[in-house]
Amino acid sequence: MGEIHHLPVANKNTSGEIWEILRSVVDPEIPVLTVVDMGIIRDVVQTPDAVEVSITPTYSGCPAMEAIGTDIKTALQQKGYSNVSIKSILSPAWTTEWITEEGKAKMQAYGIAPPETETAEKGVLFGKTKTVTCPRCKSQHTTMISNFGSTACKALWKCEDCKEPFDYFKCI
Amino acid sequence: MSKQTALLEFIVRHADNNLILGHRLSEWCSRGPFLEEDIATTNIALDNIGQARLLYTYAGEVEGKARTEDDFAYWRTHEQFTNAIITELPNGDFAVTTARQLFFSAYAYVLNEALQKSADATLAAYATKALKETQYHLRHCSEWVVRLGDGTEESKRRMQSAIDELWPYTNDLFAVTSNDKTLIEDGTIPDLKSLKGKWTEIVTEVITRATLIMPDLNAFQHEGSRVGKHTEHLSYLIGEMQSVTRAYPGAKW
Repeated sequence: MGEIHHLPVANKNTSGEIWEILRSVVDPEIPVLTVVDMGIIRDVVQTPDAVEVSITPTYSGCPAMEAIGTDIKTALQQKGYSNVSIKSILSPAWTTEWITEEGKAKMQAYGIAPPETETAEKGVLFGKTKTVTCPRCKSQHTTMISNFGSTACKALWKCEDCKEPFDYFKCI
Repeated sequence: MSKQTALLEFIVRHADNNLILGHRLSEWCSRGPFLEEDIATTNIALDNIGQARLLYTYAGEVEGKARTEDDFAYWRTHEQFTNAIITELPNGDFAVTTARQLFFSAYAYVLNEALQKSADATLAAYATKALKETQYHLRHCSEWVVRLGDGTEESKRRMQSAIDELWPYTNDLFAVTSNDKTLIEDGTIPDLKSLKGKWTEIVTEVITRATLIMPDLNAFQHEGSRVGKHTEHLSYLIGEMQSVTRAYPGAKW
């Protein structure tokens, strides 16, 4: 499987202020989460007159990535960093393992069931369906309606106890 | 034939596969059999289109002539597309779309699994990412093949008919050109023909579990998409897909 890649929270090349700014940029689809919570920020390189932020797409077709890039640029420019560039990198591939624990808690509070286990579904064909906890009543008596939900990253589930439907953030 | 040209040809082939299939799937938008499946199909379309975008962007870099993903998608003529024929065929009924998805996703699965080990770092990165999404596509459509095949008399009839109708377009997915040779030799790409065995296993397992009959492995197969041979359907698809861009060249959102 390979090592887990973690992004250092701060390194000696980038100021803490830049990281604070990045922590204020929210995911346009799930506005309780920041791009840092999502593990989308992969690197920040700061030189005396420029900042380059490397981001990685979650899903190949995620339509929010352009908005996220623009929002990062705008947030930094508003704080006086005039020369900001966004770089998109593909490797290592984004995984739900990079969503912080804090991010998962915020997701659940918002009504989205966070990814349950650390890796993508191993059973490609007819694998076992996982157990997902209802974000509202916390029951595990839940059923999948469709593995493709409101966005590329989410599946649609329902709770058999409180009867509410909810989004589940798929493992990938 | 330089390596650069061979690599460009390979990347564009796979980008074209994803774009054309993504376009066909997007045609189900608002026409799905029920809401959740409408959403699932268009979700898959979005993954395919996203993968096409990543590949076209890389193609532009390899080519070095500043062509963008939009140039590849919207400003080539239909004769210049090298997508596999199966991707351009009309959607037909839900069974036909599902059979096409089974054949294509199983192919994308074996391809991406092998391509993860590419000597080309970008292709390896792309394949690692695409594989994760493909796994979900394959599982979804396989479950549908089983539901429909092992379903009512009508669903079984339609699912079998769809499999039989699309079977002659499956070999074309694995077409290898003479230009691929350099890329295979230096580990940039796998020999597509070597992936056929695993593909056949996957597809056989699903079709059998669906209580359907596997088509004849030696049946006639259509060929030629990699040298620009297409069905009459592609030109209409391209015409519609490119209509807005061509009506308003240079337009920006």
